[in-house]
Amino acid sequence: MKAANRKPSISQTSGGRAFELVNMGIILVLVILCLAPLLHIASMSLSSNRAILSGEVTVFPLEINLEAYRKIFQDNSMIRSLLLTVALTAGYTGLSMLMTIFAAYPLSKRLKGGKPIMFFIIFTMFFSGGTIPDYLLIRSLHLTNHLGSLLLPTMINPFFLIILITFLRSLPAGLLEAAEMDGSSHFHTLIRIVLPLSLPALATLSLFYAVGRWNGFMDALMYITDPRLYPIQLKLYQVVMNSMTNDPLSMQGDQVVSVLPEGIKAASIMFATVPILLVYPWLQKYFISGVMIGAVKE
Amino acid sequence: MKQLWLYIWRNWQLYVLLLGPVAYFLIFKYGPMYGILIAFQDFNLFKGVLGSPWVGFDVFREVFSMSAFYKALRNTFMLNLADLLFSFPAPILLALMLNEVSRARFKKWTQTLLYLPHFLSWVIIGGIMLQVFATNTGIVNLLLGHLGIDPIPFLTNKYNWLVTYLAVGIWQSAGWGTIIYLAAIAGINSELYEAASVDGAGRIRKMWSITLPGIRPTIVVLLILKIGEIVQIGFDRPYVIGNVSVLDFSEVISTFVYKTGVQTANFSLATAVGLFQALVGIVLLLASNRIAKKITGNGVF
Repeated sequence: MKAANRKPSISQTSGGRAFELVNMGIILVLVILCLAPLLHIASMSLSSNRAILSGEVTVFPLEINLEAYRKIFQDNSMIRSLLLTVALTAGYTGLSMLMTIFAAYPLSKRLKGGKPIMFFIIFTMFFSGGTIPDYLLIRSLHLTNHLGSLLLPTMINPFFLIILITFLRSLPAGLLEAAEMDGSSHFHTLIRIVLPLSLPALATLSLFYAVGRWNGFMDALMYITDPRLYPIQLKLYQVVMNSMTNDPLSMQGDQVVSVLPEGIKAASIMFATVPILLVYPWLQKYFISGVMIGAVKE
Repeated sequence: MKQLWLYIWRNWQLYVLLLGPVAYFLIFKYGPMYGILIAFQDFNLFKGVLGSPWVGFDVFREVFSMSAFYKALRNTFMLNLADLLFSFPAPILLALMLNEVSRARFKKWTQTLLYLPHFLSWVIIGGIMLQVFATNTGIVNLLLGHLGIDPIPFLTNKYNWLVTYLAVGIWQSAGWGTIIYLAAIAGINSELYEAASVDGAGRIRKMWSITLPGIRPTIVVLLILKIGEIVQIGFDRPYVIGNVSVLDFSEVISTFVYKTGVQTANFSLATAVGLFQALVGIVLLLASNRIAKKITGNGVF
């Protein structure tokens, strides 16, 4: 990315400047198009019922009203889903990284038997049993309605594994050999030398795993039927898509409808989105380097 | 033989590390492959794979006689082809434009914001779409209303839905897709640009004659990969954005398999559909990889 704007001479002619301005203008419009839907939802979640119903809310909130958020925070199921998903994401990321490292380190050393194991792994990228055999396996392992069904079946992503192997192979070989000369065991080399040197790659992959789990929906839809175990995406799906009733959070009936379903839905969407919005700009550089490492292998 | 054992003895720690990952792939990736057998059975959940009666290719015959299957297959092709036509060029154009921005800070900020939709789940995006395209309170129809245009049912008319589906796809992925093209552009020899400047080439000219040819291999490889995946379709996007009134277009193989298999427990049928799709997918992928190798001299695998 850095090298891309190393243009030798940006022509400062009036034509060049006009081009630059038009180009930046179009990009700006696209950025606004990118953000407008989110701003609309945020405004809906914060506006009064009257403003929503009269169709005045576009990208700025009108007649600020926090009732929708108050309802969500009163409803334990939403908070529970969020906390559960935070824990699930953390656990999944840790487990996945551990297993990915366990596989990547030996395979990066081109050890005997490594090639067939690599084939054994890569084969699964191109052929799998499919949705139903996966489902039947989880059933027969008694993992339905169990968080294990959301942790185990996608524990190692072969593509991420290849990224890590590629990265480990790019580490200075001399350093690792020197360690081995000094009598460092493989475990010791891995923990003391390889992992500290791999922090950027490890950060990238952790983020990929974490986003994947945070956004994961289909596995939860298939394996989880107990509402107490709903991860946030499934919960959100129920609230936003499935509600035919007036009150998506199905609160106690004696309450007067104080918030419109639109408001509740908008607030729920924000509720599930804000955590991602908070982290992703800070992690951007890692994401990008991850895509690059992957691209090199491709 | 003795040497091999000595090698393993000396490197036992490496082999120990591999035990967990290998077990994972055996259980969770190869385990389900055994379940494919039920595509050739009249599968009964209580009798299991061993107890259920074999029926040969009867299940496949049933699949190929179902109009719902053909509709799902057609829609899978249709949505993927439309994506190829409209969503595929979007990041290329965007990358070309971003590359022409000389102000580093502007570029960094706009890129960060353009990547954003990629990090939202399809459930969140589906929820956003429901609100944004709502006929009475959604921002799109509100703005159209200001222009004096009657509300348009973007999500409930199947032709409108198709356009919305595509537009949302572009919205979600165009920014993210630029990363790989910008990387390819960064790899172009800058002397080419200098030489072109000396020859008096303008920016558009340089874009057309240097940048685009420079990223052509990347474009070709990604395009071929996409073509290879034309029978594969993710589940979340069509399932979440689709709805009952547009089922005619939104029912694709992945949603069809989920509904017949998991929801109505017709396991054999859904497995056969999945297997058919996987096999066609592999053939297409291998074929397209071969083409990629021919064209660019180096394939994907």
